[in-house]
Amino acid sequence: MSKAKDTSKASVGKEEGGLYNWFRKRFPWDQMMDEHVTGYYAPKNFNWFYVFGSLALLALIIQIVTGIWLTMSYKPSAEEAFSSVEYIMRDVEWGWLLRYMHSTGASMFFIVVYIHMFRALLYGSYQKPRELIWIFGMLIYLAMSAEAFFGYLLPWGQMSYWGAQVIVSLFGALPVIGEPLVEWIRGDFFISDVTLNRFFALHVIALPLVLLGLVVAHILALHEVGSNNPDGVEIKKYKGPDGKPLDGIPFHPYHTTKDVPAWVVFSMVFAAIVFFAPEMGGFFLEHANFEPADPLKTPEHIAPVWYFTPFYAILRAVPDKLGGVLAMGAAMFVLFLLPWLDRSPVRSIRYKGPLFKIALTVFVISFVMLGWLGLQPATTTYTILARVFTILYFAFFILMPIYSKIDKTKTPPDRITYHG
Amino acid sequence: MARRYPKVLLAALLLTAPALVSAAGPGVPLQSSGADVSNQASLQRGARLYMNYCLGCHSLQYVRYNVLADGLGLTDEQVAENLRFTGDSPHDQIRIAMPAADAAGWFGLAPPDLSLIARSRGTDYIYTFLKSFYADPSQRATGANNKVLAGTAMPHVLWELQGVQEAVYRTEVAADGSRREVFDRFELVQPGSMTPAEFDQAARDITTFLSWAGEPVQLQRQRLGVFVLMFLLVLFVFSWLYYKELWKDVK
Repeated sequence: MSKAKDTSKASVGKEEGGLYNWFRKRFPWDQMMDEHVTGYYAPKNFNWFYVFGSLALLALIIQIVTGIWLTMSYKPSAEEAFSSVEYIMRDVEWGWLLRYMHSTGASMFFIVVYIHMFRALLYGSYQKPRELIWIFGMLIYLAMSAEAFFGYLLPWGQMSYWGAQVIVSLFGALPVIGEPLVEWIRGDFFISDVTLNRFFALHVIALPLVLLGLVVAHILALHEVGSNNPDGVEIKKYKGPDGKPLDGIPFHPYHTTKDVPAWVVFSMVFAAIVFFAPEMGGFFLEHANFEPADPLKTPEHIAPVWYFTPFYAILRAVPDKLGGVLAMGAAMFVLFLLPWLDRSPVRSIRYKGPLFKIALTVFVISFVMLGWLGLQPATTTYTILARVFTILYFAFFILMPIYSKIDKTKTPPDRITYHG
Repeated sequence: MARRYPKVLLAALLLTAPALVSAAGPGVPLQSSGADVSNQASLQRGARLYMNYCLGCHSLQYVRYNVLADGLGLTDEQVAENLRFTGDSPHDQIRIAMPAADAAGWFGLAPPDLSLIARSRGTDYIYTFLKSFYADPSQRATGANNKVLAGTAMPHVLWELQGVQEAVYRTEVAADGSRREVFDRFELVQPGSMTPAEFDQAARDITTFLSWAGEPVQLQRQRLGVFVLMFLLVLFVFSWLYYKELWKDVK
């Protein structure tokens, strides 16, 4: 009886064709791999700017994995938070490595994403039909900024505390709803234990979920329309008899093997910082944050972490507080409009005219200078400089419909240029 | 031609870089501490000075005695006999007996824990601070003031070693003819048990010790980093060769 039962079970297994086939019949694995990995054709003329998308994914993975382990030892209470971070740094096995990887990872994530965004500016990757990819990307950038902001309060150091105090109080500039809104965000009349607890919840659950969802949407939208490339010409125009673009190659194994050395170089830079300069001279870990938060003692100089400073400089450049907050919001929002501001008939910087090249150069210089100014005390000279660069920052966008239209562009080639 | 755009942009950025030179600085120039955490003899001397002169008021609550033993290259027994003035077991943190509330009453504020002082203020700050005490009768509680932290509530604890120094001022005439007193230098008015050079070394030793206490794992971290980077270098060579091999056929 029992013997007969055994053989019948075994034959069922054979009919299904083993575990792999059993799985395949119940899950669209092959289809997914074909659509997004082995059968996704990307242009073969990608240059090294194109590795930063996958580097951003690597940075996200590093943050999530190290974050999970940090959460195991971190205590989200005003009483214990600062000590628990030092406990992680000193008493938890490899805790110092996890913490430095997480703090370095935050800054490296922003560096990678800024370069990734710059790449999109260079090659017009936001232009039709890739507007939605750009929008999702911008939403990722916003979610990342919120994630970084909430996370920065958690070590409960002086700069954590006062940085959060300054940023949260910005909402107070809004008319009528300002003050009640600030109170609602903090959950208290000042940044307190309650605030720390809710920021912790947002940092470890809410925003990571939002981020992951947006990353999936970003990649799905990309794979729907296909990748742009340094020439800014569509590879889908010329397809072989198999229906695959002639100038494309499968993402895997070609682009993945090209990404691997880039991941290793990124890891080397990352490791050099983690092991030899984890504070990065106060840019990645601010010196004042090694002092526990003290609600009664305002530090003489409060500066946000470097990746927020361009927007902080714009905020301070406007004399009126509400005006400053609106300018800062506009500086972020205007980026969303980019696909509709660029009226150039060509995508890539290779074929755009001198006006666009000058505009982009001025924009990048303005952004870097604003970033530096945001770190400095607001002296008269610096405030004037910040105003000049703020105007240049906005001019890049506001004047774009004009200069991108009248610019003398070159005719892009019909197919991509690639010299093996 | 157009491919060169990123390089042109980089050059433009580098040209604007000279504007980035910062002008901000502390009131009294900080002296370079020369603290070297890998110098174990200096670390041990610093630990002894700290335990004898500083630990009365300043705890090191994030450092445990067994971590101290490890960092100084001593056994738990040696630490127990020579350096453990508070706490019962090697696992105890380096705390002080003085209640914080009482300390705040006596000094005006509770003396801070110094576990992380080297990371929040920097080693040069500690070194210069230790050397910048001077006699000041207007500081009625302690009779001493400090050029790095004006009006400090801390007495000149190391005066037996350094002796007593006074601040000497010179008159400076500004362009508009107004005169003002500017700090010029310190003058030793009563020698201590150490020569100035010996005291500099003592201040350096304490600084070294506090730098170590700020991050006891720092030497191990750097040692490990060398191996990680060597591993990644090898990994890079192979991943690069594999990439080149695979892309050979892409025309």
